[in-house]
Amino acid sequence: MSMLTDTAVVAKRNVIKIKRVPEVLVFVLLSPIMFVLLFAFIFGGAIDVPGSNYKEFLIAGIFAQTVMFGATFTGVGIAEDMQKGIISRFRSLPMHPSAVLAGRTGSDVIYNILSLLIMSLTGLLVGWSIHSSVPQAVLGYVLLLLFAYAFSWVMAYIALIVPSVEVINNASFMVIFPLTFIANTFVPLETLPGPLQVFAEWNPISAITQATRELFGNLPPGAQVPDAWSLQNPILYSLIWIVIIFVIFAPLAVLRYKKLGRK
Amino acid sequence: MSNAVEVQGLVKTYNKGEIKALKGLDLVVPQGKVLGVLGPNGAGKTTAVSILSTLLIPDAGQGVVAGYDLLKEPNKVRENIGLSGQFAAVDEILTGFENLHMFGRLYGMSNSEATARANELLAMFNLTDAGNRPAKGYSGGMRRRLDVAGALVARPQVIFLDEPTTGLDPQSRLGLWKTIRQLVADGASLLLTTQYLEEADHLADSIVVIDHGEEIAAGTADELKTQLGGDRVELTLTPGQSIEDAKSALAQFASGEIQVNEEDAQLLFPVDGGTTTLTRVLNELESKNIETIDAGLRRPTLDDVFLSLTGHTAEGDLIEKEEAADETEVV
Repeated sequence: MSMLTDTAVVAKRNVIKIKRVPEVLVFVLLSPIMFVLLFAFIFGGAIDVPGSNYKEFLIAGIFAQTVMFGATFTGVGIAEDMQKGIISRFRSLPMHPSAVLAGRTGSDVIYNILSLLIMSLTGLLVGWSIHSSVPQAVLGYVLLLLFAYAFSWVMAYIALIVPSVEVINNASFMVIFPLTFIANTFVPLETLPGPLQVFAEWNPISAITQATRELFGNLPPGAQVPDAWSLQNPILYSLIWIVIIFVIFAPLAVLRYKKLGRK
Repeated sequence: MSNAVEVQGLVKTYNKGEIKALKGLDLVVPQGKVLGVLGPNGAGKTTAVSILSTLLIPDAGQGVVAGYDLLKEPNKVRENIGLSGQFAAVDEILTGFENLHMFGRLYGMSNSEATARANELLAMFNLTDAGNRPAKGYSGGMRRRLDVAGALVARPQVIFLDEPTTGLDPQSRLGLWKTIRQLVADGASLLLTTQYLEEADHLADSIVVIDHGEEIAAGTADELKTQLGGDRVELTLTPGQSIEDAKSALAQFASGEIQVNEEDAQLLFPVDGGTTTLTRVLNELESKNIETIDAGLRRPTLDDVFLSLTGHTAEGDLIEKEEAADETEVV
């Protein structure tokens, strides 16, 4: 009970923060627009996707990449709170030990919901659309949000170990860029050289992207799906990753939080 | 009645033992009393408060705070203490009200209880008008008041204030002192750290002086001053007067070393015999035609105590502190 109340109180504080510091929100919303437009118009003509048009192909990839970057906000938020002594304040209160992290990761879902909304609207403007049923589309969005949520616990854990905004930003670039590029996000897998292609097939980002394309109906009818099991069953494979990441990193982060007093 | 705070043998090292922040510190705050922990920057004051408020786990040592074991029941301790210090900040994006309301909810109050308590504290600390503005725009004094208000949300029995008035202008400091005295009058037990001797003198029932993580003196302000001997005479010479002449004329009256401040032409020395001696000092100077613009008798301040105990003033200077840090590392 106290866990839920405490988490809600912390989440509410973070939401107030989103409203009071709208600069962050502007960045959160502008960068996805920029990505959609850049890729659609710069690469759109250069990259050929057999049987489909690139904009249809592209949007799911951009979604996957953007929600991954959204997790960076969790890390940055926690690092800031550590530096400013807010976490120390929370730790001096009789709170549930997981409430601060659960409240933060929970409230950061709002960032991702907003950026998905903005990207979808921008996508519609450049000629993308959803060709599936409403439940399927909803499932697509939920899958993206769940993946982002699980990944935000990784960033929370990192931020508790290295509470520096600069380090978090750089580290997340180093990790997220390769992960989201060595995948089927922006180019068809067949174009990648051998070893990279294997990595990309089993990369969870590829699965998320593939699953989202399926659920949005963005795959052309009769499109060839790679033989890898991960891409034959992208929804299941994505869910497995979501569970694995969450089950490992949520307890790790909470444990780390509890041990902050031992530094 | 048991003590509000009673800890023994606190040891804390940082950087894998290289920096010894605390080297076996004992602290006791009797129920309803104020303990002043006095020391220069880097003496270990903040580390001590962090341990007492469960934010840090000591390498060694144990104790009881507000009736609960510090290491075994930290959450029980947290329910019964209030903490204010720069290392445990209020959130500057939130308004004063939102901060206090949030703390109330996290102490387990209902929404309406937390609202009532937040408004009550804002009024008590003269922040009602500013209550709906983000704390970011507060003046230093307002922010410190909000900080202290945050420590009081759950009406704790034991309050820790870490350098509550550092950086405040004199007027804000006096205001905060008044509030702190009121808290104690209402029955709270309080541990207060400060670099300001005047502050400890005003507020604390007893004082522990620490330096390099160790207690170097303890007692009431009066006891500490008595340790240092009797009154001192303080003289300021008229510009142009020879300090050397004055010094040799006064040697017969001084019961200890004569301290000279060349720049301000000031002399300071301990004497026996109070005002009688002061009169004799002035007569002697007059007979030697040495003019003064100011002369007076004063009791030793905690500053004098500190200087004689540590060899440097309470404010310390940077070079001395860095040397101290080096020493600690070698140990």
